[in-house]
Amino acid sequence: MTNLRRTMMFVPGNHPAMIRDASIYASDSIMFDLEDAVSPFEKDSARLLVYHALKNVDYGEKELIVRINSLNSGFGFDDIEAMIAAQVDVIRLPKTETAQDVKDVEEVIESYERKLGREVGSTKMMAAIECAKGTLNALEIAKSSKRLIGIALGAEDYVTNMKTRRYPDGNELLFARSMIIHAARSVGIMAFDTIYTDLDNVEGFKAEVELIHQLGFDGKSIINPRQIKIVNEIYRPTKKEISHALDVIKAIEEANEKKSGVIALNGKMIDKPIVERAKYVLSLANHS
Amino acid sequence: MEIINQSTSGTLESSDIQIILGPNKQGIDIDIRSSVQKQFGEHIDMLIRKILSDKMIENAKVLAVDNGALDCTIQARMETAIYRSIGENQRVDWGVVE
Repeated sequence: MTNLRRTMMFVPGNHPAMIRDASIYASDSIMFDLEDAVSPFEKDSARLLVYHALKNVDYGEKELIVRINSLNSGFGFDDIEAMIAAQVDVIRLPKTETAQDVKDVEEVIESYERKLGREVGSTKMMAAIECAKGTLNALEIAKSSKRLIGIALGAEDYVTNMKTRRYPDGNELLFARSMIIHAARSVGIMAFDTIYTDLDNVEGFKAEVELIHQLGFDGKSIINPRQIKIVNEIYRPTKKEISHALDVIKAIEEANEKKSGVIALNGKMIDKPIVERAKYVLSLANHS
Repeated sequence: MEIINQSTSGTLESSDIQIILGPNKQGIDIDIRSSVQKQFGEHIDMLIRKILSDKMIENAKVLAVDNGALDCTIQARMETAIYRSIGENQRVDWGVVE
Protein backbone atom coordinates (compact mmCIF):
# COMPACT_ATOMS: atom_id res chain seq x y z
CA MET A 1 0.00 0.00 0.00
CA THR A 2 1.31 3.45 -0.86
CA ASN A 3 0.62 6.62 1.07
CA LEU A 4 -0.58 8.28 -2.12
CA ARG A 5 -4.24 9.09 -2.11
CA ARG A 6 -4.75 11.07 -5.31
CA THR A 7 -7.92 9.24 -6.23
CA MET A 8 -10.48 7.62 -3.94
CA MET A 9 -13.06 5.89 -6.05
CA PHE A 10 -16.56 5.70 -4.62
CA VAL A 11 -18.20 2.33 -5.20
CA PRO A 12 -21.85 1.82 -4.23
CA GLY A 13 -21.96 -0.88 -1.56
CA ASN A 14 -24.86 -2.80 -3.05
CA HIS A 15 -23.58 -3.10 -6.62
CA PRO A 16 -21.80 -6.44 -7.19
CA ALA A 17 -20.46 -5.63 -10.66
CA MET A 18 -18.89 -2.36 -9.55
CA ILE A 19 -17.52 -3.94 -6.39
CA ARG A 20 -15.90 -6.67 -8.48
CA ASP A 21 -14.55 -4.34 -11.17
CA ALA A 22 -13.14 -1.79 -8.72
CA SER A 23 -10.00 -3.90 -8.47
CA ILE A 24 -9.02 -3.41 -12.10
CA TYR A 25 -8.88 0.38 -12.16
CA ALA A 26 -5.88 2.44 -11.16
CA SER A 27 -7.36 4.45 -8.32
CA ASP A 28 -5.10 4.74 -5.27
CA SER A 29 -7.91 3.71 -2.97
CA ILE A 30 -11.42 2.33 -3.15
CA MET A 31 -14.20 3.72 -1.00
CA PHE A 32 -17.13 1.35 -0.63
CA ASP A 33 -20.21 3.31 0.28
CA LEU A 34 -22.72 1.94 2.77
CA GLU A 35 -24.28 5.36 3.34
CA ASP A 36 -25.96 7.60 0.77
CA ALA A 37 -25.54 5.18 -2.15
CA VAL A 38 -27.59 2.51 -0.39
CA SER A 39 -31.32 2.64 0.27
CA PRO A 40 -32.39 2.19 3.92
CA PHE A 41 -34.07 -1.08 2.91
CA GLU A 42 -30.83 -2.54 1.55
CA LYS A 43 -28.37 -1.59 4.29
CA ASP A 44 -28.18 -5.18 5.57
CA SER A 45 -27.62 -6.49 2.07
CA ALA A 46 -24.88 -3.98 1.21
CA ARG A 47 -23.08 -4.57 4.50
CA LEU A 48 -22.88 -8.32 3.82
CA LEU A 49 -21.89 -7.76 0.20
CA VAL A 50 -19.01 -5.43 1.06
CA TYR A 51 -17.97 -7.69 3.95
CA HIS A 52 -17.66 -10.76 1.71
CA ALA A 53 -15.99 -8.76 -1.08
CA LEU A 54 -13.35 -7.46 1.32
CA LYS A 55 -12.72 -11.01 2.55
CA ASN A 56 -12.57 -12.61 -0.90
CA VAL A 57 -11.76 -10.23 -3.76
CA ASP A 58 -8.08 -9.47 -4.39
CA TYR A 59 -7.75 -5.68 -4.51
CA GLY A 60 -3.95 -5.83 -4.59
CA GLU A 61 -2.19 -2.98 -2.86
CA LYS A 62 -5.12 -0.60 -2.98
CA GLU A 63 -6.17 1.03 0.24
CA LEU A 64 -9.70 -0.07 1.14
CA ILE A 65 -12.04 2.41 2.78
CA VAL A 66 -15.68 2.06 3.77
CA ARG A 67 -18.03 4.95 4.31
CA ILE A 68 -20.28 3.87 7.16
CA ASN A 69 -23.65 5.17 8.25
CA SER A 70 -23.67 7.50 11.24
CA LEU A 71 -24.01 6.02 14.73
CA ASN A 72 -27.45 7.57 15.21
CA SER A 73 -28.80 6.16 11.94
CA GLY A 74 -29.45 2.71 13.40
CA PHE A 75 -26.92 1.15 11.00
CA GLY A 76 -23.56 2.55 12.10
CA PHE A 77 -22.72 0.06 14.88
CA ASP A 78 -23.33 -2.95 12.63
CA ASP A 79 -21.35 -1.30 9.81
CA ILE A 80 -18.35 -0.82 12.09
CA GLU A 81 -18.45 -4.35 13.48
CA ALA A 82 -18.72 -5.90 10.02
CA MET A 83 -15.94 -3.82 8.52
CA ILE A 84 -13.55 -4.51 11.38
CA ALA A 85 -14.29 -8.22 11.00
CA ALA A 86 -13.44 -7.82 7.31
CA GLN A 87 -10.22 -5.97 8.23
CA VAL A 88 -10.93 -2.81 6.26
CA ASP A 89 -8.05 -0.32 6.23
CA VAL A 90 -10.00 2.89 6.86
CA ILE A 91 -13.48 3.76 8.13
CA ARG A 92 -14.86 7.01 6.78
CA LEU A 93 -17.29 8.93 8.97
CA PRO A 94 -20.03 10.79 7.17
CA LYS A 95 -21.29 14.24 8.12
CA THR A 96 -18.75 14.95 10.87
CA GLU A 97 -19.74 18.06 12.81
CA THR A 98 -17.58 17.94 15.92
CA ALA A 99 -14.49 16.31 17.39
CA GLN A 100 -16.84 14.34 19.64
CA ASP A 101 -18.35 12.65 16.55
CA VAL A 102 -14.91 11.24 15.76
CA LYS A 103 -14.26 10.22 19.35
CA ASP A 104 -17.63 8.45 19.57
CA VAL A 105 -16.90 6.38 16.46
CA GLU A 106 -13.36 5.70 17.63
CA GLU A 107 -14.71 4.30 20.89
CA VAL A 108 -16.98 1.92 18.98
CA ILE A 109 -14.13 0.91 16.66
CA GLU A 110 -11.89 0.13 19.60
CA SER A 111 -14.55 -1.95 21.33
CA TYR A 112 -15.03 -4.07 18.19
CA GLU A 113 -11.29 -4.38 17.60
CA ARG A 114 -11.05 -5.91 21.09
CA LYS A 115 -14.13 -8.10 20.63
CA LEU A 116 -13.05 -9.44 17.22
CA GLY A 117 -9.37 -9.87 18.01
CA ARG A 118 -8.02 -7.19 15.73
CA GLU A 119 -5.04 -5.15 16.88
CA VAL A 120 -6.29 -2.07 18.71
CA GLY A 121 -5.51 1.04 16.69
CA SER A 122 -5.04 -0.81 13.38
CA THR A 123 -8.27 0.54 11.87
CA LYS A 124 -7.67 4.03 10.55
CA MET A 125 -10.30 6.73 10.20
CA MET A 126 -11.21 9.55 7.85
CA ALA A 127 -13.75 12.26 8.63
CA ALA A 128 -15.95 13.85 6.00
CA ILE A 129 -16.98 17.43 6.68
CA GLU A 130 -20.26 18.26 5.01
CA CYS A 131 -21.80 21.29 6.73
CA ALA A 132 -21.06 24.75 8.11
CA LYS A 133 -20.66 23.53 11.68
CA GLY A 134 -18.18 20.85 10.67
CA THR A 135 -16.24 23.33 8.57
CA LEU A 136 -15.92 25.76 11.45
CA ASN A 137 -14.78 22.86 13.67
CA ALA A 138 -12.34 21.50 11.07
CA LEU A 139 -9.24 22.01 13.20
CA GLU A 140 -10.74 20.35 16.28
CA ILE A 141 -11.96 17.47 14.11
CA ALA A 142 -8.51 17.06 12.53
CA LYS A 143 -6.91 16.92 15.98
CA SER A 144 -9.47 14.56 17.49
CA SER A 145 -7.87 11.14 16.88
CA LYS A 146 -4.52 9.61 16.05
CA ARG A 147 -6.37 7.20 13.81
CA LEU A 148 -7.30 9.96 11.37
CA ILE A 149 -5.44 9.75 8.08
CA GLY A 150 -7.24 12.79 6.75
CA ILE A 151 -10.32 14.93 6.51
CA ALA A 152 -12.46 15.34 3.43
CA LEU A 153 -14.93 17.80 2.04
CA GLY A 154 -18.37 16.47 1.13
CA ALA A 155 -19.73 19.24 -1.05
CA GLU A 156 -23.18 18.02 -1.97
CA ASP A 157 -24.50 18.13 1.60
CA TYR A 158 -22.36 21.21 2.32
CA VAL A 159 -23.92 23.37 -0.39
CA THR A 160 -27.39 22.26 0.67
CA ASN A 161 -26.61 23.27 4.25
CA MET A 162 -25.25 26.61 3.00
CA LYS A 163 -28.42 27.23 0.96
CA THR A 164 -26.52 27.38 -2.28
CA ARG A 165 -25.58 24.90 -5.03
CA ARG A 166 -22.49 23.81 -6.91
CA TYR A 167 -21.25 26.40 -9.41
CA PRO A 168 -18.71 25.83 -12.19
CA ASP A 169 -16.11 28.11 -10.61
CA GLY A 170 -16.35 26.47 -7.17
CA ASN A 171 -16.38 29.78 -5.29
CA GLU A 172 -19.11 28.47 -3.00
CA LEU A 173 -16.59 25.91 -1.66
CA LEU A 174 -13.62 28.21 -1.24
CA PHE A 175 -14.03 28.79 2.50
CA ALA A 176 -14.64 25.11 3.29
CA ARG A 177 -11.73 23.99 1.15
CA SER A 178 -9.46 26.56 2.77
CA MET A 179 -10.52 25.55 6.28
CA ILE A 180 -10.07 21.86 5.57
CA ILE A 181 -6.66 22.13 3.94
CA HIS A 182 -5.37 24.39 6.71
CA ALA A 183 -6.76 22.17 9.47
CA ALA A 184 -5.25 19.07 7.86
CA ARG A 185 -1.86 20.65 7.25
CA SER A 186 -1.65 22.13 10.73
CA VAL A 187 -1.86 18.65 12.30
CA GLY A 188 0.00 16.76 9.57
CA ILE A 189 -2.81 14.69 8.09
CA MET A 190 -4.17 14.58 4.55
CA ALA A 191 -6.92 16.64 2.91
CA PHE A 192 -9.27 15.27 0.28
CA ASP A 193 -11.56 17.13 -2.03
CA THR A 194 -15.14 16.35 -2.89
CA ILE A 195 -16.66 14.51 -5.87
CA TYR A 196 -17.40 16.11 -9.23
CA THR A 197 -20.69 14.78 -10.53
CA ASP A 198 -20.92 16.15 -14.09
CA LEU A 199 -19.13 13.25 -15.76
CA ASP A 200 -19.49 14.60 -19.28
CA ASN A 201 -17.92 17.96 -18.41
CA VAL A 202 -14.27 16.95 -18.74
CA GLU A 203 -12.98 20.53 -18.93
CA GLY A 204 -14.91 21.47 -15.80
CA PHE A 205 -13.49 18.46 -13.97
CA LYS A 206 -9.94 19.32 -15.07
CA ALA A 207 -10.34 22.89 -13.88
CA GLU A 208 -11.57 21.69 -10.48
CA VAL A 209 -8.69 19.21 -10.09
CA GLU A 210 -6.19 21.91 -11.05
CA LEU A 211 -7.70 24.19 -8.42
CA ILE A 212 -7.55 21.65 -5.59
CA HIS A 213 -4.03 20.63 -6.64
CA GLN A 214 -3.02 24.28 -6.47
CA LEU A 215 -4.62 24.64 -3.02
CA GLY A 216 -2.60 21.68 -1.76
CA PHE A 217 -5.16 18.89 -1.48
CA ASP A 218 -3.71 15.36 -1.48
CA GLY A 219 -6.41 14.00 -3.73
CA LYS A 220 -10.00 13.85 -4.79
CA SER A 221 -12.95 11.58 -4.33
CA ILE A 222 -14.08 10.29 -7.70
CA ILE A 223 -17.20 8.54 -8.90
CA ASN A 224 -16.09 7.07 -12.21
CA PRO A 225 -12.92 5.35 -13.44
CA ARG A 226 -12.76 7.85 -16.31
CA GLN A 227 -11.74 10.51 -13.79
CA ILE A 228 -8.64 8.64 -12.54
CA LYS A 229 -6.35 9.41 -15.46
CA ILE A 230 -7.21 13.11 -15.42
CA VAL A 231 -6.40 13.44 -11.72
CA ASN A 232 -3.16 11.49 -12.04
CA GLU A 233 -2.02 13.61 -14.99
CA ILE A 234 -2.58 16.82 -13.06
CA TYR A 235 -0.81 15.42 -9.98
CA ARG A 236 2.07 14.01 -12.05
CA PRO A 237 5.24 16.09 -11.48
CA THR A 238 6.97 17.65 -14.49
CA LYS A 239 10.36 16.39 -15.69
CA LYS A 240 11.94 19.54 -14.31
CA GLU A 241 10.35 18.96 -10.88
CA ILE A 242 11.53 15.34 -10.85
CA SER A 243 15.05 16.28 -11.91
CA HIS A 244 15.25 18.92 -9.18
CA ALA A 245 13.91 16.47 -6.58
CA LEU A 246 16.55 13.91 -7.54
CA ASP A 247 19.26 16.58 -7.24
CA VAL A 248 17.97 17.55 -3.79
CA ILE A 249 18.03 13.95 -2.54
CA LYS A 250 21.51 13.42 -4.03
CA ALA A 251 22.79 16.59 -2.35
CA ILE A 252 21.33 15.44 0.98
CA GLU A 253 22.94 12.01 0.67
CA GLU A 254 26.32 13.50 -0.21
CA ALA A 255 26.11 15.96 2.67
CA ASN A 256 25.21 13.15 5.07
CA GLU A 257 28.22 11.14 3.91
CA LYS A 258 30.51 14.11 4.46
CA LYS A 259 28.71 14.90 7.73
CA SER A 260 28.25 18.41 6.43
CA GLY A 261 25.88 20.58 8.43
CA VAL A 262 24.96 23.06 5.75
CA ILE A 263 23.54 21.72 2.50
CA ALA A 264 23.25 23.73 -0.69
CA LEU A 265 22.22 23.02 -4.26
CA ASN A 266 23.08 25.45 -7.06
CA GLY A 267 23.84 28.10 -4.49
CA LYS A 268 20.53 27.71 -2.63
CA MET A 269 20.26 26.28 0.85
CA ILE A 270 18.29 23.06 1.20
CA ASP A 271 16.21 22.82 4.33
CA LYS A 272 13.73 20.29 5.68
CA PRO A 273 10.61 21.48 3.77
CA ILE A 274 12.53 21.32 0.47
CA VAL A 275 13.63 17.75 1.22
CA GLU A 276 10.09 16.76 2.17
CA ARG A 277 8.74 18.28 -1.03
CA ALA A 278 11.39 16.47 -3.07
CA LYS A 279 10.43 13.14 -1.49
CA TYR A 280 6.76 13.83 -2.17
CA VAL A 281 7.51 14.70 -5.82
CA LEU A 282 9.47 11.46 -6.27
CA SER A 283 6.71 9.48 -4.61
CA LEU A 284 4.19 10.97 -7.04
CA ALA A 285 6.54 10.33 -9.97
CA ASN A 286 7.02 6.70 -8.97
CA HIS A 287 3.29 6.11 -9.13
CA SER A 288 2.49 8.07 -12.27
CA MET B 1 -31.84 -21.89 12.28
CA GLU B 2 -35.38 -22.13 10.98
CA ILE B 3 -36.69 -20.33 7.94
CA ILE B 4 -39.90 -18.67 9.08
CA ASN B 5 -40.81 -16.12 6.41
CA GLN B 6 -40.27 -15.86 2.69
CA SER B 7 -37.60 -13.32 1.81
CA THR B 8 -35.88 -11.88 -1.23
CA SER B 9 -32.38 -10.53 -1.70
CA GLY B 10 -30.20 -9.41 -4.60
CA THR B 11 -31.20 -8.17 -8.03
CA LEU B 12 -31.46 -9.37 -11.61
CA GLU B 13 -28.57 -7.16 -12.70
CA SER B 14 -25.40 -8.50 -14.29
CA SER B 15 -22.96 -10.05 -11.78
CA ASP B 16 -25.71 -10.36 -9.19
CA ILE B 17 -27.97 -13.18 -8.06
CA GLN B 18 -31.54 -12.87 -6.83
CA ILE B 19 -32.49 -15.24 -4.05
CA ILE B 20 -36.03 -16.05 -3.02
CA LEU B 21 -35.91 -18.10 0.16
CA GLY B 22 -38.85 -19.64 1.92
CA PRO B 23 -39.87 -22.34 4.40
CA ASN B 24 -40.09 -25.96 3.31
CA LYS B 25 -41.80 -28.90 4.98
CA GLN B 26 -38.90 -31.27 4.55
CA GLY B 27 -35.40 -30.91 3.15
CA ILE B 28 -33.73 -28.44 0.85
CA ASP B 29 -35.25 -27.69 -2.55
CA ILE B 30 -33.14 -25.53 -4.85
CA ASP B 31 -34.19 -24.19 -8.24
CA ILE B 32 -31.36 -22.44 -10.09
CA ARG B 33 -31.80 -20.37 -13.22
CA SER B 34 -28.45 -19.08 -14.38
CA SER B 35 -26.98 -17.47 -17.45
CA VAL B 36 -24.01 -19.76 -16.84
CA GLN B 37 -26.06 -22.82 -15.86
CA LYS B 38 -24.16 -25.33 -17.97
CA GLN B 39 -20.78 -24.41 -16.57
CA PHE B 40 -21.59 -23.33 -13.03
CA GLY B 41 -25.08 -24.66 -12.19
CA GLU B 42 -23.75 -27.55 -10.13
CA HIS B 43 -21.25 -25.31 -8.37
CA ILE B 44 -23.93 -22.78 -7.43
CA ASP B 45 -26.15 -25.58 -6.13
CA MET B 46 -23.34 -26.93 -3.95
CA LEU B 47 -22.46 -23.47 -2.69
CA ILE B 48 -26.06 -22.70 -1.70
CA ARG B 49 -26.34 -26.06 0.09
CA LYS B 50 -23.10 -25.39 1.97
CA ILE B 51 -24.27 -21.92 3.09
CA LEU B 52 -27.55 -23.39 4.36
CA SER B 53 -25.68 -26.21 6.07
CA ASP B 54 -23.25 -23.79 7.75
CA LYS B 55 -26.25 -21.98 9.20
CA MET B 56 -27.74 -25.32 10.28
CA ILE B 57 -30.81 -24.85 8.09
CA GLU B 58 -32.34 -28.21 7.22
CA ASN B 59 -35.59 -27.17 5.57
CA ALA B 60 -35.77 -24.45 2.93
CA LYS B 61 -36.95 -23.69 -0.57
CA VAL B 62 -34.58 -21.60 -2.70
CA LEU B 63 -35.11 -19.98 -6.07
CA ALA B 64 -31.84 -18.52 -7.36
CA VAL B 65 -31.78 -16.40 -10.52
CA ASP B 66 -28.11 -15.89 -11.34
CA ASN B 67 -26.53 -13.48 -13.78
CA GLY B 68 -22.89 -14.40 -13.30
CA ALA B 69 -22.40 -13.63 -9.60
CA LEU B 70 -19.09 -14.30 -7.86
CA ASP B 71 -19.13 -16.84 -5.04
CA CYS B 72 -18.76 -14.03 -2.50
CA THR B 73 -21.83 -12.32 -3.96
CA ILE B 74 -23.83 -15.57 -3.75
CA GLN B 75 -22.68 -15.93 -0.15
CA ALA B 76 -23.75 -12.36 0.69
CA ARG B 77 -27.13 -12.62 -1.01
CA MET B 78 -27.89 -15.98 0.59
CA GLU B 79 -26.95 -14.72 4.04
CA THR B 80 -29.07 -11.60 3.53
CA ALA B 81 -32.05 -13.76 2.56
CA ILE B 82 -31.46 -16.06 5.53
CA TYR B 83 -31.28 -13.24 8.08
CA ARG B 84 -34.38 -11.67 6.57
CA SER B 85 -36.19 -15.00 6.84
CA ILE B 86 -35.45 -15.88 10.42
CA GLY B 87 -36.81 -12.84 12.21
CA GLU B 88 -35.68 -9.39 13.18
CA ASN B 89 -34.00 -10.34 16.45
CA GLN B 90 -31.30 -12.46 14.80
CA ARG B 91 -28.03 -10.58 14.48
CA VAL B 92 -25.25 -11.49 12.08
CA ASP B 93 -22.33 -13.22 13.76
CA TRP B 94 -19.30 -11.56 12.18
CA GLY B 95 -16.96 -14.04 13.87
CA VAL B 96 -13.41 -13.08 14.69
CA VAL B 97 -10.63 -11.64 12.57
CA GLU B 98 -8.71 -14.52 11.00
